Amino acid sequence: MESLKHLLDFAGWQPETAQAIFETARLMEEVLSRPVKKVPALNGFTVATVFFEPSTRTRSSFELAARRMSADVVSFNAQTSSLAKGESYRDTLLTLEAMGIDAYVIRVDASGLVHQATRWVKGAVINAGDGWHAHPTQALLDAYTLLGVMGSLENKKIAIIGDILHSRVARSNSELLPLLGAQVVAAGPATLLPDSLPGAQLTTDLNEALADADAVMVLRLQKERMDSGLVPSLPEYRAGWQVNSARLALAKPEAPLLHPGPMNRDLELEGTLADSPRSLVIRQVAAGVAIRMSVLYHLLVGRRDGHPR
Amino acid sequence: MATLVKNVRLIDSQGQRGPVDVWIGRTLSFSGRAESVIEADGLYLAPGFVDLHTHLREPGQEEKEDLASGLMAAARGGYSAVVAMPNTVPVLDRPEALLALAQRASTLPGARLLLAAALSRGQAGQHLAELELLSRAGAVFFTDDGKTNPSSALLARGLRYAKASGRVVAVHAEDESLRGDGVMNEGPVSGRLGLPGNPGAAEAARIARDLEILRYTGGSLHIQHLSTARGLELVRQAVTDGLNVTAEATPHHLLLTDQALTSFDPVFKVAPPLRSEPDRLAIVQGLREGVITAVATDHAPHTRAEKDQDLLRAPFGITGLEVAFPLLFTLLSDFPLPALIERFTDGPRRILGLPPLHLQEGAPADLVLFDPQSERAVDPKLFASKAKFSPYADWKLKGWPVATWVGGERVFYAG
Repeated sequence: MESLKHLLDFAGWQPETAQAIFETARLMEEVLSRPVKKVPALNGFTVATVFFEPSTRTRSSFELAARRMSADVVSFNAQTSSLAKGESYRDTLLTLEAMGIDAYVIRVDASGLVHQATRWVKGAVINAGDGWHAHPTQALLDAYTLLGVMGSLENKKIAIIGDILHSRVARSNSELLPLLGAQVVAAGPATLLPDSLPGAQLTTDLNEALADADAVMVLRLQKERMDSGLVPSLPEYRAGWQVNSARLALAKPEAPLLHPGPMNRDLELEGTLADSPRSLVIRQVAAGVAIRMSVLYHLLVGRRDGHPR
Repeated sequence: MATLVKNVRLIDSQGQRGPVDVWIGRTLSFSGRAESVIEADGLYLAPGFVDLHTHLREPGQEEKEDLASGLMAAARGGYSAVVAMPNTVPVLDRPEALLALAQRASTLPGARLLLAAALSRGQAGQHLAELELLSRAGAVFFTDDGKTNPSSALLARGLRYAKASGRVVAVHAEDESLRGDGVMNEGPVSGRLGLPGNPGAAEAARIARDLEILRYTGGSLHIQHLSTARGLELVRQAVTDGLNVTAEATPHHLLLTDQALTSFDPVFKVAPPLRSEPDRLAIVQGLREGVITAVATDHAPHTRAEKDQDLLRAPFGITGLEVAFPLLFTLLSDFPLPALIERFTDGPRRILGLPPLHLQEGAPADLVLFDPQSERAVDPKLFASKAKFSPYADWKLKGWPVATWVGGERVFYAG
């Protein structure tokens, strides 16, 4: 596999690219199970988390991943510092560049800002979520979690349910899962579906999406969709689109449930299902740290064999 | 003071002839005496281009462009006259403001400045601006471009009222509620990139409304920067029905599509947005047929810093004055040359109510000399425009203007 320079989305990825990330993540999981959960792999590297949009869990996951590998971490709260004073994204990143950053973990509301960033800074750029476009480490941890349960994704049907149009999680999973042999069916109300989505079959029929699904991924419904009138009301959404026990019966028995969080319990997902043995939500969070360690390792050390030094 | 242009081929909307020698003084002549000589073997002389749609940003936004830089950019692009849009700060809706700008422009080198005035006071879409007084102050047409005429009643009043002055009303036809927060064309590409889409229906729906209003009121309507196949179809039908409607197309809608946005480069963010390939081909066909009678640049400069923002925040706009003709000369190469020249000269002149300009003895010396052979890459650093970046950077083009005359005065010469 070619060594990765940035992680923006999955353009140009081969199945082997993902396999290499997963292989290293498995080693990292082993590290995380030790009493002393730390390796010196990124000693001397500096990772900046630059969150132009708030997100506690993704930021914590990345920062923990970097620290577990002995990197120095600069936590740049761009939301409250620079932008409020009128500084542009570009100038903010150039300022960090002057401090000698090796990797930028960027979360931003604008699709493609991470691509623009690669034209501005020399370090590796890791997309921690850009607008509605991509959230590649989320898709990697989703796939990794599913592989842990199912062994292989070859010819598996994965249903993604909810607000597909505004979801970077849906877009990234539709790119990555088919690369691993899975078939993605994405379902939501017509006002929350894009025109088309490469890698996914789109439908407004929830039952069709759930029928014989091998796994079900439920997306968060942003309350602002109601304010902008794309969904008439919360009760209407719940009635039409909530994944509950009755509907989940259409999927394969034991088909696992995923949710990228944060969850609106009893809105998009029946609350008790979230705590049921089928729910992988907690495993997803744990996998997130290992996957992000692996990604940082591949981008900064760039070794092909996947073994930490 | 005349210049002898030797051995030059002549091209206008009627056809081409030559090579001949011409003398350029205040008017064009085929005999005379000259103080200077331009050897023009292999070059074409054409009537000066007229641009119906530029944003020169003065007054109020001189960090983006001003009259001096904009009019020189126009001259370098072969334009002898450009129409500046009134969405300045403040909006150009007062006769005194037009007179002051025209006065200032008359002291500057470069293309001739023509001014469009606001259709509504402050371009707020509520009350008509003083169309009659603005007309007398030199307004060549009326438009709320920059805004989108949400009020049907205001547009109806404007079309009726402007009839007295014989001026057209030009519209940026987009339904703003359908456009929403769209930053690019809505379609498979926006779906994949996760960028808010602006559907072609926003343009078509608004054009359909505007044409119904025109049918009701009479007057003359001009559709700016037509971008969709469906919008073109509506205009074509209206022309067939005998309505007084005209349309323009920009170089970027004729040459670029929404695929360009896969670079996530805001230099391609423009309103209306770059559309699909079938839309682009339809617009080229519309220009060829003459349903679209003018190429207009919608030259919309911004500062580098503004365009270096992300795609949600960067302002809309692409510049075009210095590259429009070479772009279309090179890339619409199967377009008959007299027809292409027509869309840069008599086409826009007719919309402005100006007489056609052909290269006959005694014709006003608004002229451009261009080179059909030499290939040169677009280098935005060399632009006279303050916006020294372009979607076309490094594109290799022919047809570059060599000299431009305005009323017999040479305002640009690359020799």
